[in-house]
Amino acid sequence: MRIGDELAPLRIPITRTLIVSGAVATRDYQDVHHDAEAARAKGSPDIFMNILTTNGLVGRYLAEHFGPEAELRRVAIRLGAPNYPGDEMVLSGRIVSLAGDADGQTAVVEVTGANALGHHVTGQATVRLPRGADA
Amino acid sequence: MTDAEPAAGFYERIKAYEGQSAAVGGEGRDPVNSPMIRHWCEAMGHLLPVDGSAPPTMLQVWTMAGLSGHGDRSGPYDELLGALDAAGFDAVVATDCEQEYVRPLRPGDRIVFDAVIESVSPRKTTKLGIGHFITTRMDLRSGGEQVGTHRFRILKYAPAPRKAPGKRPRPVVNRDNAGFWNGVSRHELLIQRCTGCGTPRFPWLPGCNSCGGQAWDTVKASGSGTVYSYVVMHHPPFPAFEPPYAVALVELPEGVRMIANVTGVPYDKVRIGMPVELEFAVVDDELTLPVFRVREGV
Repeated sequence: MRIGDELAPLRIPITRTLIVSGAVATRDYQDVHHDAEAARAKGSPDIFMNILTTNGLVGRYLAEHFGPEAELRRVAIRLGAPNYPGDEMVLSGRIVSLAGDADGQTAVVEVTGANALGHHVTGQATVRLPRGADA
Repeated sequence: MTDAEPAAGFYERIKAYEGQSAAVGGEGRDPVNSPMIRHWCEAMGHLLPVDGSAPPTMLQVWTMAGLSGHGDRSGPYDELLGALDAAGFDAVVATDCEQEYVRPLRPGDRIVFDAVIESVSPRKTTKLGIGHFITTRMDLRSGGEQVGTHRFRILKYAPAPRKAPGKRPRPVVNRDNAGFWNGVSRHELLIQRCTGCGTPRFPWLPGCNSCGGQAWDTVKASGSGTVYSYVVMHHPPFPAFEPPYAVALVELPEGVRMIANVTGVPYDKVRIGMPVELEFAVVDDELTLPVFRVREGV
């Protein structure tokens, strides 16, 4: 692993089911995440993904890439264009810093999730990789 | 209220909540537990951690009040949200989430949390509407030890009214370009040609850019073309246009280039050099426009 390495992208279809099941699994009952009529009344064209689901998908992307030995230490995300049903989000990542010590390595990864409207999510994550768990 | 100026002193009043508690000794509704972890993993498509721990990015879930409301919230946070609601900023959207994970959470951990209102932004104009950003910072503990921190930003806003879709702008038709629009109405794309020097020109102009001659005739475009260049419009949105959309500069074999929409492919599939074919889009009863469709098989 080197600075500048790109993580393989992960394509996630944004289905109504994903948005609603993500909202419920994160105990977020804001109506804009499950009720299209209520979302429209608030100026949104449809229901949209909640930030806790986006955060979970970023966590999944990193876990799938770095494997079960890796420990996530920090995730900071910012939302932009909403994830509406029928869209697709492509998560991509790049190693922007890497520090090694006797016990392993600490990587900082820049993560972007793009959909048809632009960047749904941009952020940074810090991952601790114990010795012998090189991804 | 949303179009009016806010009441004098409103920002000072809401800014005064900075530093106040948003939650004191809040308790997670449920201890960290395997069923909630499994449901979350199913929804996210996340692999179930082999050691039974909760995936780190699930952190905030353990603090969520759920359908039964925010019994753990302290007065100031509800007061702040109430003041914003009353001022017309009654919609909410989360914009930022920053989490640090001190140790993995395991079934049986009982989460206790304190939160403080870190900042209340001045009035901001966003695509969603006008509003204020509120940032809170939460510390999460289990058994007296810190297990994580969670900084969260929301936008409390007054939804911008949804506009009825506008009509596509009308062309300004005058004596210099009437021949062009007459051609379009017959589904013909006419290019001017100087009868003095033979130089074709587009858009229509009273004189020749090359020799200054004022006499001209027209050439009917064959209909083929290629994308010479393009831009994708994201912002700002105009009535009757739904961003993002591509606007292309199309090169015609007759020796001119023209600006038009490209049809037949999504905005992000338009490429320089794409062969395109002229067609006429009937926008409404009064307006027809020349557009270019990407040729089959491209």
